Amino acid sequence: MTAAAGAFRVVEPADVAAATAAHAGEPGSRYLGGGTDLLVNLRRGLGTPALLIDLRGIAELDGLACMAGGARIGAGVTLARIAADPEFRARYPALCEAAAAVAGPAHRNVATVAGNLCLDTRCIYYNQSEWWRGANAYCLKYRGDVCHVAPQGRHCHAAFCGDLAPALLVLGASIEVAGRAGRRRMPLAELYRDDGLAHLTLAADELLVAAELPADPPPSAYAKLRVRGSVDFPLAGVAVALRAEEGRLSILRVALTGTNSRPFLLDGTDNLLGRPLDATVLRHLDRLVQKQVHPMRTTLLQSNYRRVAAAALARHLAARLAATPEAAR
Amino acid sequence: MHQDQRPPSRKRLVRLCLNGRWREDAVPDHLLLVNYLRETVGLTGTKTGCDGGECGACMVLVDSVPMPACITLAVRCEGRSIETIEGLSSGGSLHRLQRAFHEQLGTQCGFCTPGMIMSAAALLRRNARPTDGEIREALAGNLCRCTGYVKIVESVRAAVDDAP
Repeated sequence: MTAAAGAFRVVEPADVAAATAAHAGEPGSRYLGGGTDLLVNLRRGLGTPALLIDLRGIAELDGLACMAGGARIGAGVTLARIAADPEFRARYPALCEAAAAVAGPAHRNVATVAGNLCLDTRCIYYNQSEWWRGANAYCLKYRGDVCHVAPQGRHCHAAFCGDLAPALLVLGASIEVAGRAGRRRMPLAELYRDDGLAHLTLAADELLVAAELPADPPPSAYAKLRVRGSVDFPLAGVAVALRAEEGRLSILRVALTGTNSRPFLLDGTDNLLGRPLDATVLRHLDRLVQKQVHPMRTTLLQSNYRRVAAAALARHLAARLAATPEAAR
Repeated sequence: MHQDQRPPSRKRLVRLCLNGRWREDAVPDHLLLVNYLRETVGLTGTKTGCDGGECGACMVLVDSVPMPACITLAVRCEGRSIETIEGLSSGGSLHRLQRAFHEQLGTQCGFCTPGMIMSAAALLRRNARPTDGEIREALAGNLCRCTGYVKIVESVRAAVDDAP
């Protein structure tokens, strides 16, 4: 393999408006944050943009503020910075645990919040070298027309593997997005759709500006299943936020990553509210997770193991959180 | 040839401080730092391992912060300080980390060693007395495929104990 990761040019706009203008001037260009996902993929021949728009010099994307009314996280904030921020660690522990669990320490020094939220979906048939994919007739996600994971269907099953999204989902995050048409806000959940081929609802020229979190978050935690203790993407990742009043659940939110083509908030946890977090409720929670995760043969680990493990992580996190004094009030 | 007939330049000048010496090179935007170091400059101590940002064999220091050079664009290093394994020794004598890896047999096959040493060098700069846990955390992004990490951690520990 030689120098080229595709012969793209790089521009460094000074603000968000200049970035979206640069995109309009070169459709098909890509926004570049830390580059820890995009540059690897380009090097594997996954995409051939003529232009990368380097967002690192844009001051607006770099703010990180924890205020009384909530928190605002600039899209360009690095994962290392958020993982180490004492205020965020105290109020939004799931987010900091998720940020600290991404890749290795060197990646976290440059990898950004927006990069992790907009991470490309992953699959053993996709994240391979050009010659490997070529020898395998490519795949539905890029240059081919068959999904090797489920050859009968016409659906791409590549899994979303960002760690931050489930943590931000259980904490009730919304996002601000900018494009040529202006800016808009939406709940984070609306950023995603369950399609490995096109899992983001952003228009091509749109970029993330910030994520916002409400004040007074419930206690939260994140846990991740992976083969090695570092560097690996999640085979399943689970975030839980939980509060109990007089021993009965008043908030229970569970979100998952690594198992479906989008990160998602678990449906049906509201039916468990008002009950103590006992063995019966944990069994219900386990069943909800197992029913809603759809791990496919996109990793080297068995799908069913990932399903059972995701449910176990959710149970353990919920039980752990319920036992903390912060969860009760 | 008429000036207006020239094709547009595909390169730009990048000025950076490499192992303590400023230099300037014309590089294409898409050139990765690892290829700049190995092919443009000729410093082959930085290794291309996985070629995908996963293994840490190409770890260099950018403004004292470890970065895999295979996922860093050379043009993004404008004005920055880059340190590679070649810059650690001084006056013909090895850095204490290099000496420790040699003496404690932390080198094994040697391919991951430059990256391991650069990650460890960054750690020792910000924390002169790291615990074994902190050493393991700092090396979490560096993979060794030979045998394991016991001798590697012992080597860093020996370098810590060897500090003046």
